[in-house]
Amino acid sequence: MSKKPISMDEELGMFDKPENVKRLLRIFYACVVISLAIDIFYHKHGIFTWESFFGFYSVYGFVACVILVIVAKFVLRPLVMRKEDYYND
Amino acid sequence: MINALPPALILVLGGLLVPFFKGRTRQALLLLLPVISFINLLQLPHGSHWVYPFLSDQIILARVDKLSLIFGYIFHLVAFLSALYALHVDDAVQNVAGTVYAGAAIGAVFAGDMFTLFVFWELLTISATFLILARRTERALGAGFRYFMVHVAGGLCLLAGIIMHVSQTGSAAFDLIGLGTTASWFIFVGIGVNCAWPFLHPWLTDAYPEATITGTIFLSAFTTKTAIYALARAFPGTEELIFIGGAMAAFPIFYAVIENDLRRVLAYSLINQVGFMVVGIGIGTALSINGAVAHAFNDLLFKGLLFMTMGAVMYRTGKINATDLGGLYKSMPWTCGFCIVGAASISAFPLFSGFVSKSMVMEAAAHGDMRWLWFILLFASAGVFHHAGIKIPFFAFYSHDSGLRCKEAPRHMLLAMGISAVLCILIGCFPQYLYSMLPYATDYQPYSISHVVAQSQLLIFSALAFTLLLLAGIYPAEIRSVNVDADWIYRKGGRQIYRFCNWAFNGINDWADRVFVQQFTKHLAQFFEEPGGNIQKYGHRLLVEATGIDDHVDQVDKKIDSRSRSAAYPVGIGVFLAVVILTLLAILL
Repeated sequence: MSKKPISMDEELGMFDKPENVKRLLRIFYACVVISLAIDIFYHKHGIFTWESFFGFYSVYGFVACVILVIVAKFVLRPLVMRKEDYYND
Repeated sequence: MINALPPALILVLGGLLVPFFKGRTRQALLLLLPVISFINLLQLPHGSHWVYPFLSDQIILARVDKLSLIFGYIFHLVAFLSALYALHVDDAVQNVAGTVYAGAAIGAVFAGDMFTLFVFWELLTISATFLILARRTERALGAGFRYFMVHVAGGLCLLAGIIMHVSQTGSAAFDLIGLGTTASWFIFVGIGVNCAWPFLHPWLTDAYPEATITGTIFLSAFTTKTAIYALARAFPGTEELIFIGGAMAAFPIFYAVIENDLRRVLAYSLINQVGFMVVGIGIGTALSINGAVAHAFNDLLFKGLLFMTMGAVMYRTGKINATDLGGLYKSMPWTCGFCIVGAASISAFPLFSGFVSKSMVMEAAAHGDMRWLWFILLFASAGVFHHAGIKIPFFAFYSHDSGLRCKEAPRHMLLAMGISAVLCILIGCFPQYLYSMLPYATDYQPYSISHVVAQSQLLIFSALAFTLLLLAGIYPAEIRSVNVDADWIYRKGGRQIYRFCNWAFNGINDWADRVFVQQFTKHLAQFFEEPGGNIQKYGHRLLVEATGIDDHVDQVDKKIDSRSRSAAYPVGIGVFLAVVILTLLAILL
């Protein structure tokens, strides 16, 4: 409940150490590369033709999320964001 | 005759008995009621039971078939898990409202006629409102009031449709209706309010994050899923639902990305998931309806689980905004783990429950060659991973260390979350048990290599986008704010109407008060104090002005006054006035 300053004696959590975060990121990037590499060896069978294109799902997932964030941040937020007490007057 | 009770009876009546018990007995009762009710349900054979004549038609308290049963099963399970999660709550209002609310949802899905459906539909609204009001804050009071008003309006729309439908067709049976008549449109929109369709949705994102910690767990389960059931029963294959569902799946994810309140993020993602179900019902094939129902089943578990983990965080820290949280994985490792399971399930990771149901809807859309819809759903799948799958666990448990140190969630909460998490994984690994309960027989195989690879790539690259955007500082920082949604129409717009009415009608009122009440009556009273004398004075003044001769006006006035007081007029004047009045009367009549 209380927000006390973090004591220096406290055992550091796994992600308090930057090298652990770096290690995790490295593992993650490896997964990214492996998942894309599967497309070279395995030919997907989809209902639509474009589903079997190389990296279709990877590119779509990446682009979709970038568009999502860009639109949410630069289009939606300026339109709809108000102060916290907007409805309280 | 069968030796069982109507499905909703035990929870609704049992819920009303709850306040008469205290302490451990009440806790035991709250846990036992869903269990007893479930055992009772198992006694019911397929068919219509408790059929009574009503008006020109009949009411059917229980129509038991595969569609109502699967909703009945999962509603009981979720009612039990929610009661377990809420075991520490010693507040009669919440205890009663939660139990009755679950009972109302069960009553609605087993209702065989529209009148029974309507009664339980309204009971849902009333009991849910109390779960919001029970937070007892000013914001909750406002949100609860708005929730009630919106749902009463939706309920009246439904009732209007039901009455028209019954008078046109002569049948109150709640079966396939299909869009066409005016009556069907009223019913359609009435259900749509509870289903949180775009522009009808803001009650959900407004009220759910304002309800009590445990109330939100109940709320997230029943209202929208009851509406999904009603749509699957009455409007399968309605094309309009495809457009509505597509919009529902897509637009909330944008809001979820910029929303700060993590329970509100989940509320938006709830609409997004319900969108998939609505699409499934709209496509209307056996595969898609199976997919919609299976997804509703899974969503009840994983969305409940996610709300539970955020509730536990809120219970322990008192905070729920992403700006205030972070680094809690050290304090609440179990909650964190369960949250990740929920996140993986809602994101439809292979081996988690969302994967085995969402893919059915996607595949049904592809089979129907609905290309744009398929792209939107794929976009929504990537987006849901982005905000519910990563954002929720990341900002609550990782991100920057907020300095918050708290205890792990209480045992009963951990147990409820643990059971939900295990079920999410079990369903994901052994979907055949879920599939065997679906309304249509299916031999659907979610685990083809193509499908697993495709979904994994989609999700991993979504995660990559999140990581890179975050590292590059492009990811929108959480900001304390309110994001305006369609509820602006009645929250701000309502006030504008109020202001306009205030200006227009109170303006007229003020003017009328000033002119008629204060000035006109005052002058009239003054005049009739001494009507004869006043006419004389006025006449004399006119004469003076016309002739220009100053004839000592003041003296004349005094003379008139004294004559009036002593009533000493010459008789001739009285007779003259009487003749004048009689003449006037004769002319007028």
